[in-house]
Amino acid sequence: MAEDIGTSPDEVQFRFREDEIVDHGTVTVDACCDQTNATAVRIEPGDDARLLLPFLDRLALVEINFPAFNDGRGYSAARILREAGYTGELRAVGDVGVDQLSHMRRCGFDSFAPDKRLDEEDAARAFATWANVYQRAADARRTIADKRHEA
Amino acid sequence: MYKYDLYDQAMVDARVAEFRDQARRRLEGKLTEDQFKPLRLMNGLYLQLHAYMLRVAIPYGTLDSRQLEMLADIAERYDRGYGHFTTRQNIQYNWIRLEDAADILADLAKVEMHAIQTSGNCIRNISSDHFAGAAADEVVDPRPYAELMRQWSSFHPEFTYLPRKFKIAVIASDKDRAAMRLHDIGVRIVKRANDSGGEVGAQFYAGGGMGRTPMIAPLIRDFVPIEHFITYAEACLRVYNRYGRRDNKYKARIKILVHELGAAEYTRQVEEEFAHLLSVGVEPPREELARIAAHFADPAFIDGPKTVDRSDPDFALWVDRNTHRHKHDAYVSAVISLKPAGGIPGDATAEQMRVVARLAKQYSFDELRVMHTQNLLLPHVRIADLHAVWSALDAAGLAAPNMDTIEDIIACPGLDYCSLANARSIPLAQRISERFAETGRTEVVGELKLKISGCINACGHHHAGHIGILGVDKKGVENYQLSLGGSEAEDVSLAKITGPGFDEDGVIAAVEKVTDVYLASRAEGERFLDTYRRIGMEPFKEALYG
Repeated sequence: MAEDIGTSPDEVQFRFREDEIVDHGTVTVDACCDQTNATAVRIEPGDDARLLLPFLDRLALVEINFPAFNDGRGYSAARILREAGYTGELRAVGDVGVDQLSHMRRCGFDSFAPDKRLDEEDAARAFATWANVYQRAADARRTIADKRHEA
Repeated sequence: MYKYDLYDQAMVDARVAEFRDQARRRLEGKLTEDQFKPLRLMNGLYLQLHAYMLRVAIPYGTLDSRQLEMLADIAERYDRGYGHFTTRQNIQYNWIRLEDAADILADLAKVEMHAIQTSGNCIRNISSDHFAGAAADEVVDPRPYAELMRQWSSFHPEFTYLPRKFKIAVIASDKDRAAMRLHDIGVRIVKRANDSGGEVGAQFYAGGGMGRTPMIAPLIRDFVPIEHFITYAEACLRVYNRYGRRDNKYKARIKILVHELGAAEYTRQVEEEFAHLLSVGVEPPREELARIAAHFADPAFIDGPKTVDRSDPDFALWVDRNTHRHKHDAYVSAVISLKPAGGIPGDATAEQMRVVARLAKQYSFDELRVMHTQNLLLPHVRIADLHAVWSALDAAGLAAPNMDTIEDIIACPGLDYCSLANARSIPLAQRISERFAETGRTEVVGELKLKISGCINACGHHHAGHIGILGVDKKGVENYQLSLGGSEAEDVSLAKITGPGFDEDGVIAAVEKVTDVYLASRAEGERFLDTYRRIGMEPFKEALYG
């Protein structure tokens, strides 16, 4: 069994899911691909999220690590998983700040375990930054253009 | 031109509120300077040598008189009474206080303007052909496509922390007046024949850029059907976001990725992502482009005289130099030079901005453009009104008849403002334009695009100059390298260095010598660039170093 490299449930500060939080051993992408029973995995910035696509059915938790907030690869990884139909928990971990929350949410993250706990009020405001959005993304929000042209 | 609806206005207002909140958290110590920096940068706020600089977006270079008047007011209220127009059709203010920044953004929002994504490692302001909607040679007006991209790229959730900044230009003519192939992505809107008389699509070029490693973008797709325009752009960006280098900021632009993978492999990856994204469905509804395009309908042009009275030679020269053929034959586009001999390229005072705003309202259907050459433009002027326009410009010191001449210099702010610069650019530009104006050589030499950068980041486009000058620091002394043969236009090419550099006086003399060689060698009708391409570097080297 590979070493558990993941965050624990009590490190999760924000969660937008109703289901029971999983507390399984979290493994690397490589280990996940080799190991048929892993249900939780952590993606590092250089990992190819698409390697996980064959295993999405058995995954209940995917952590995407942001060692530095300004490395944006994790945003693409998140959308790729959601576009492939992944419905399990998608947790942003690491250097996650207030100002990244709204975009992360749009890319499909539904759980957040920042290294440093965030001010609750600032975070609540950040999640609500955009009453409307221009782009289609992983959150299925209707875009401004959709609203402009609805019948 | 495009007008915000309630949605667009709410997005910009939300951004102002968000920035106020960020500034508050910075002041309360909840954000470190390292955390705040990318946030202020995404609102166009840089820390320069002496003060903060604020760069305001002018999407695809189009604005109206009300907006230019606001820019003038901001120059007076928060800066030192002037602003600086940039090579990406924006304006920047060089003497801003951090405490005022949120208020300035709020003032801008009142006139449908903002500073969103004018800096930072995100998709920057979309630039375009300054003659868009007016040029006789365009296939369609490129601005609706640029506006569609503006909305798509504003606050894009996936592409806010790219490896590096990302610049896009959209044109729609065989003529390239936007340095399209020197952008991270260059788009040319084209039409191809079909049964119903022509289908619109987009050519995509990727991986161009200047900076320390200049590259001309290769064509990666010669026709993307317009109903897939945004999807294709999204695919290009996703491949870059995932695989662009992040280990070295000097190798992080998309040009390095395209170069290292090879254009064919980059294209293959984009096509794969594109096919996938088509199945996801990220394209805005088809009607959105039509809605935007309706904002860019032609104004009500009326017939009129097609020629001017040339009895005043100063006016006639200005007409010859500074006007451009319009799609309606009773109109021209009139270039307002921000390059008076001895002046600072691209600077305009608040008073000058107000003069231009008034002229736009009176004579150009309330429309204005910022040119990538750091000039302003009245896109639709009746030929019958040209003399009145010229007289007003002349009175305001804005009628220099020098478009595309050696006085029409592009120069970066250089060591006078910029913390990255190695050498001054502005004083050099001032001395060269003054010298050529004094000797009367400007008109004799004709079209000659001179571009000056104060460091290898190449903000002054020296790689793309017919003559390029690059300022370097040589053991603590400013030194200038000369290069020849670049072009940012449809005949795009990168300039080559002549040889060892010069001091400030030396490089001015060198520019004159180079024009001597041209004048002695030119064949009938040849521009400087044509002669250089025909005779090569040797005769110029001989004159400079022989």
